[in-house]
Amino acid sequence: MAGHHIVPFQTYLKVFLALVGLTILTVVTAKGMDLSPFNGAVAFLIAATKAGLVMAFFMQLLYQERSNSIIIFGSFLFVMLLFIFCVIDIYTRVPVESTL
Amino acid sequence: MSSGKLDKKSGEYAHHFKNPEHEFKSSIEGVWIFLTSEILMFGALFVGFFIYSNLYPEVFKYGSMTTDWRLGATNTLVLLLSSWTMALGIYYCQKNDKQKAFMNLMITVVCGAVFMIIKYFEYSHKIHEGWMPGMWFTGFDNLHHVLGEGVKIPDNIALYYSFYFMMTGLHGIHVLAGMGLVTWVAFRAKRGEFGPSYYTPVEGIGLFWHLIDLIWIFLFPLLYLI
Repeated sequence: MAGHHIVPFQTYLKVFLALVGLTILTVVTAKGMDLSPFNGAVAFLIAATKAGLVMAFFMQLLYQERSNSIIIFGSFLFVMLLFIFCVIDIYTRVPVESTL
Repeated sequence: MSSGKLDKKSGEYAHHFKNPEHEFKSSIEGVWIFLTSEILMFGALFVGFFIYSNLYPEVFKYGSMTTDWRLGATNTLVLLLSSWTMALGIYYCQKNDKQKAFMNLMITVVCGAVFMIIKYFEYSHKIHEGWMPGMWFTGFDNLHHVLGEGVKIPDNIALYYSFYFMMTGLHGIHVLAGMGLVTWVAFRAKRGEFGPSYYTPVEGIGLFWHLIDLIWIFLFPLLYLI
């Protein structure tokens, strides 16, 4: 059918190898070197890159309608909202012993 | 179901769609909408994880020292391989090669099984040591044995295992469900039910399987590395 995009085999192979490489990278940066206080940030950044590769190529977001990207990034946005409002609540609480 | 009577491989489609292409795109969009609900469910656990690990850094530091990153990394590679073969399963359906499609989909299922077996060994080790969630936690002595006698272990260390078992458990249930679904489409592919013009179920279940991989990509560094 005309609209079905077939991603070349080579592309899938390259993406898979990149994902394996990034997995090795995240182990090396976390276990092999001391990047504190950026340990968490580096691991999260690598994980986000891997997630981007999986979504773009394996899940074919790059080749599908824009609306599918908007749907899924919308859900990320709402998780961020949950995170932001929880943080605003928890880190602005006044301890019960306070005289405020 | 009435749609079962349609010969979709030969280009038939349900009457409320304009053409098979429209039916395919609508189905896939439906799967994406389902995936948002999955992300919101896991997202709440991730938000809880971030906030509690910030409130009680010691709990999560000592907790993650009791997980074996080698097993976690192996499981990451196993799931990445399974995602790749899942993508290839769809690729060979598009190429009308039902034997290779079946093979790749079955490799995906086997990878899922390997993942669950490794998970079983990790779980039984933790249960054996008494490193359990909340009120079931009995493993203080065994923790001292692993981390050293002088280490001051926080009283609420069980919090780490609550997150560990909840997040990996919910993920594991998804792996099991995914294995069943992929097996189903694998045998349908083997029977020659899919081809270049119709492979919607493989594509949709593929998206679900990739989401399982996606969640593990974030769980691995959080629970094993940091």
